[in-house]
Amino acid sequence: MSVHIDSGLCIGSGQCALTAPGVFTTDDDGFGTVIPGKDGADDPMVNEAVRACPVQAISVAEG
Amino acid sequence: MTETVASPASVTHPAPQWPQDRGCPYHPPAAYPRPATGRPLTRVTLWDGSQVWFVSGHAEARALLADPRLSSDRHRPEFPVVMARFGDQRTVDLPLLGVDDPEHNRQRRMLIPRFGLKQIAAMRPRIQQIVDTLIDRMLAGGNRADLVPEFALPVPSMVICELLGVPYADHEFFESRSRVMLNADSLEEIRLAREDVKAYLQRLVDAKRAEPGEGLLDDLIAERLADGHLDREELVMLALILLVAGHETTANMISLGTFTLLQHPDQLAMLRAEPQLVPGAVEELLRYLSIADGMVRVATEDVEVGGETIRAGEGVLIGTSVINRDPAAYQDPDTLDLRRSARHHVAFGYGIHQCLGQNLARVELEIALATLFARIPTLRLAVAPDEVPAKPGGSIQGLFALPVTW
Repeated sequence: MSVHIDSGLCIGSGQCALTAPGVFTTDDDGFGTVIPGKDGADDPMVNEAVRACPVQAISVAEG
Repeated sequence: MTETVASPASVTHPAPQWPQDRGCPYHPPAAYPRPATGRPLTRVTLWDGSQVWFVSGHAEARALLADPRLSSDRHRPEFPVVMARFGDQRTVDLPLLGVDDPEHNRQRRMLIPRFGLKQIAAMRPRIQQIVDTLIDRMLAGGNRADLVPEFALPVPSMVICELLGVPYADHEFFESRSRVMLNADSLEEIRLAREDVKAYLQRLVDAKRAEPGEGLLDDLIAERLADGHLDREELVMLALILLVAGHETTANMISLGTFTLLQHPDQLAMLRAEPQLVPGAVEELLRYLSIADGMVRVATEDVEVGGETIRAGEGVLIGTSVINRDPAAYQDPDTLDLRRSARHHVAFGYGIHQCLGQNLARVELEIALATLFARIPTLRLAVAPDEVPAKPGGSIQGLFALPVTW
């Protein structure tokens, strides 16, 4: 499983970091980002974060 | 015998008037269509007799708010005028909320750095200080207060002024004009109020160019105005929107949130006993109160959703308060339950236009409500609940006054 944020879509809502703080954070410019080393995270909240993102910027690839 | 073609919904179902006043300030108007009827999309009738789609289903609303075929562009001739007082919307350049991508994206990206989670978290100590100072003042003034002008309004007003770099000393001026812009019926009155604030902000921008300060407006002047990313007119309209949106919305959540908690003493007692519930409680209040009750779009192509077809050119009203009470999304949705996960509510909208200030609003609400009830444990209404004046339908929902005692 690998997690990715499309920075071109992100609107900095912070929903990912609020929903799954173990996997996501926000950078100095306010945009969502995957915590280094967590891009293959197997956190059950990742799917909730995908759903919470208002602009569907988070993608999860299995494997 | 000929068969009539099914749909539009209005043929077989009445299309109630929109907007309507709330009976109880924290419940949706009883006559608004509810998704539990099995029809997540129905129609409502506007002031001029025209009809638009009314979305009450949670899944349908999220799908539509994320759909680029629904436009926010107020310049489109078919964009519905949902209130008579928005009659001149086609002639006003409304950045952020009134434009689509890519223009919206360009404007929003300039502002995101100041509204990020971390950037807002860094403001917590200052927000706490503002809240404490206002409560000190109320306590020093006796044992009665109107919570709207003495607490609910000044908290977000002071915070947004500092964030933008607008002198709070001028707050009476722009708060009075902003009340006119949001609540007045007369187009001319609204236009004059807007021109007043624009002239004020133009003078402020010019003064800041000569003598820069530390607010968001100063950053935009230094970084964007200078390199031509932004012109003075656009900057002034952005500032106007941030100023108005930054205090009216949160102020209404503080006043109506306080009222709602006072009307639910068991929930309030639980919240007091378990402060770790505060962030979740704020989320539940956002869902339950849905103060921005109605978001407007127009379809630019045919869109099929919820078993209906929205035709290109048709208007769509997203009925926030009933969407956030959809039993398909929330169990026992009409019950205030501070322990529930209210995640995925649409109180801040959804899609590219989801509230820019949502992180700021959450922090302000957490600090304001938690501190108010912790420092004034005997806080209660000073009048009967039905004597508390609530704002009319079609405006940001909230209270005109909230007389309290302790």
